[in-house]
Amino acid sequence: MSKHFGDFKAVDRITFDVNEGEIFGFLGANGAGKTTAMRILCGLSFPTSGQAKVAGYDVYRQQEKIKKHIGYMSQKFSLYDNLTILENIEFYGGIYGISRGEIRQRGDALVKTLGLDKEAKKLVGSLPLGWKQKLAFSVAIFHRPRIVFLDEPTGGVDPITRRQFWDMIYQAANEGITVFVTTHYMDEAEYCNRVTVMVDGRVEALDTPARLKRQFQSDSMDGVFYQLARKAKRTSD
Amino acid sequence: MKVLLFILQKEFRQIFRDRIILAMMTFVPIVQLSILPFAANFDIKNINLAYLDHDRSPYSEKLMHKIASSGYFELVGYPFSYREGLNQIERGEADLILEIPAGFERNLIREGKQKVNIAVDAINGTKSALGGGYLTSVLADFNANLVMNIQSPVGAAGTRVARIEIAGMSWFNPREEYKYYMVPGILVLLLTLIGGFMSALNIVREKEIGTIEQINVTPIKKWQFILGKLVPFWIVGIIVFTIGLTVQYLVYGIFPQGSLFTLYLFAGIYLIALLGFGLLISTVSNSQLQAMFVAFFFVMIFILMSGFFTSIDSMPGWARQMSYLTPVTHFIHVVRLIVLKGSGLEHVLKELGYLIVFAIVLNGLAIWNYRKTS
Amino acid sequence: MKQLLVFIRKEFYHVFRDRRTLLILFGLPIAQIVLFGFALSSEVKNIGITIFDQAHDINSQQITNRVKQSAYFIVQEPAASLEEIHTKFKEGSIKCALVFPPGFSEDLYRSGTAPVQIITDASDPNNAKITVNYLSAILGTYQQELNPNLVIPLQIVPEIRSLYNQEQNGSLNFIPGVIALIFMIVSTALTSVAVVREKEMGTMEVLLVSPLKPVMVLISKAVPYLVLSLLDFIIILLLSVYLLDVEIQGSLILLFAESILFIVTCLSLGLLVSNVTNSQQAAMLFCMMGMMLPTLLLTGFLFPLENMPWIFQAVSNIIPSKYYYEIIKAVMLKGLGFGYVWKETLILLVMTCLLLGLALKKFSIRLA
Repeated sequence: MSKHFGDFKAVDRITFDVNEGEIFGFLGANGAGKTTAMRILCGLSFPTSGQAKVAGYDVYRQQEKIKKHIGYMSQKFSLYDNLTILENIEFYGGIYGISRGEIRQRGDALVKTLGLDKEAKKLVGSLPLGWKQKLAFSVAIFHRPRIVFLDEPTGGVDPITRRQFWDMIYQAANEGITVFVTTHYMDEAEYCNRVTVMVDGRVEALDTPARLKRQFQSDSMDGVFYQLARKAKRTSD
Repeated sequence: MKVLLFILQKEFRQIFRDRIILAMMTFVPIVQLSILPFAANFDIKNINLAYLDHDRSPYSEKLMHKIASSGYFELVGYPFSYREGLNQIERGEADLILEIPAGFERNLIREGKQKVNIAVDAINGTKSALGGGYLTSVLADFNANLVMNIQSPVGAAGTRVARIEIAGMSWFNPREEYKYYMVPGILVLLLTLIGGFMSALNIVREKEIGTIEQINVTPIKKWQFILGKLVPFWIVGIIVFTIGLTVQYLVYGIFPQGSLFTLYLFAGIYLIALLGFGLLISTVSNSQLQAMFVAFFFVMIFILMSGFFTSIDSMPGWARQMSYLTPVTHFIHVVRLIVLKGSGLEHVLKELGYLIVFAIVLNGLAIWNYRKTS
Repeated sequence: MKQLLVFIRKEFYHVFRDRRTLLILFGLPIAQIVLFGFALSSEVKNIGITIFDQAHDINSQQITNRVKQSAYFIVQEPAASLEEIHTKFKEGSIKCALVFPPGFSEDLYRSGTAPVQIITDASDPNNAKITVNYLSAILGTYQQELNPNLVIPLQIVPEIRSLYNQEQNGSLNFIPGVIALIFMIVSTALTSVAVVREKEMGTMEVLLVSPLKPVMVLISKAVPYLVLSLLDFIIILLLSVYLLDVEIQGSLILLFAESILFIVTCLSLGLLVSNVTNSQQAAMLFCMMGMMLPTLLLTGFLFPLENMPWIFQAVSNIIPSKYYYEIIKAVMLKGLGFGYVWKETLILLVMTCLLLGLALKKFSIRLA
């Protein structure tokens, strides 16, 4: 599929499949077209040409059906600062049609696993960033979507919290949720089942981290990424 | 439907958590409605008059007393020359000069007719027109009461006089108090300002913070989202309106002559139209600043054109058409009709139709214009 | 100095990039001038009137025709009863009713006096008074024509001259008001919101760690709005002269000098507001409720100050726009020189210094 803004080819004829239940890493330098591609897959924007299906639904005609089966967590923190943790959970759960009783039950359980029981009635705006991100992820998968899209979920978060965050991602994958994640951290890329690297709107590589390292004769994903990103003609923005 | 309830719950929580909005809801209408009618007063009294008397005769003196006791004028000076009087006008101390020429009394008695000059500062149109008018009627009164006129009201040659007697009746406001006219208008104004700005800033705020993205990836329907925004503000609006009516009654003793049901029916529909307009602005704008100025621009024009300050009948045709195309016009009109004259639903059906059309069109546009995808 | 220019240029980019806001900033004065100049007038015309004629005789019909010919009235369907008049009032289709009793002509000629009744909708008292005046004038003229031989022995005839505004151009009164209002919007509201916005987004910190002095940062923020205000001022002047045929009587230089002084007053106010508020919404609310409303109400441009309770008149003395309004009226419309407005200018100058001093002091306190 492709997405053009005038002459600018933000996404240029990319093709890939994501398997059910896998953690799929989506890498690329700033401005490589990751976010644009992801927004199309989430039903926030239409492709210019090509085809794509998410959870079996077409991105042109069945956007609203897609939205029922996905979760999304954006770069910007997107819970309501002036609502409490439980109120945010209640709202987002409600939008996806979960019954009140179930929301309460699962909300309480969630707050407990996150270790936030004392803060449950506090405004989200008063939480530290790391907790906010964990909470945002939990809310994004609260309605048990088939796929969850994470757009640079760990930006600005300390290494320990990042580690915990990835534990949560594995947990979700174990429960059968497909995880589609963009990131800048190459150590995180190593955690993925498969990764793609986007350069100038095109998919330049797609495979498991181990095989990519072998292919590019590098001992880390950092080296793989550097070799690919060097080819970029676009300047990052 | 269940989804809608969750949205409503969230919006309510956000509104009631925001102290500024709460204060706006209760405090502002009470204070404004208690203060504004005193300031917004077109009832012109105290016109400053410089009395330039070249004659200094018993008649001119009597005329001066007559003017001073009329209640409309404040005698601010007795200049000795026209130049001096003009100076007073230039300094803004006087609004008009009444110049009594020398030989005023003598000419009046000898020739039966005498001119006096009135010079008005015509920059303030209303004031000068009213001032000139008041002075003319005081003079007419003075004419009629001059001794000689009373003694011989008969025409020349002894013909009978046919006189038309005018009996004036002031309906709906016998004491002709200006506040009766202004208070309901100001109430509508406040409702419009509060409702318009609150709704205009709402969606664009979610855009600026970024929460709208999260909403857009959910299966929420466009109409559910807009309705979820509309209902809480609608209820807030009705509360503001109720507070306003209460203040209107407690402070000014104005109780609606017509039925409260009709009044609230109109308020409800008007609020839907107004909030739809605000939400429309909000969906079009990119930042709160922009939304604010766009809202300010339109609200300003709506209010100026609404007949709140000046009569719509006096406008040229194109302006009158424009005025009918704004919901504020119809609502101010109806509120004044119901509150002051006790008009019933059967009298104002046409206005009801207008407002319903506005409500449907504006909200339709808001829903249509709100895009979940770019 | 060069650094300052760089900063000012950056601020210009900010301001001129938001096309929609810019459009509103220039659209607002144009729309207001057009509306005030052509659509709104304090004159009362086209008054809906119904005539309830129980006499149907020659005199009542002649009077009805007079009313029909008058430009002030629009005669609606005649009413057949007081009930019907009541309904028409309630529908809002008429503002006034003229009632002739049965046997109007007969009364007029037999007993010499005949009553007519003017019923007005006094829910709008000003309109009601003016309506009665118009109708009385029509009836008075008619009565005089009925009695051609009648000579009133003593008569004082007033001759009214309109100073400064011979053509009774209704535009004159509001132009200074619109100017003051626009300055308030651009220089106070927009400036304060723009500064608070930088605070909210955190970019203010970046500016403050730059080598430029904090005062210079504030000045560079204010300059684009000064320019915008002046552009708006020129637009209003051009529209007034070429669209509304207003003659500018006094000196243009004095007019511009006084306007720049007032713009600086407004800018200082805006900076002060931005220093005491922390969010865009709060700044907007403060400007709208705390600045715009008093400007509209207490400068004497919409509502006469003299009628207000003393407390309002007292409050109006601390509102800068009141003095600017007086100055503009005197210079632009009456053609008076500086000698007549030095007092107002001085007050404005003192206010500006106080506000600016306060704003700068608050600003440096925040830094410390």
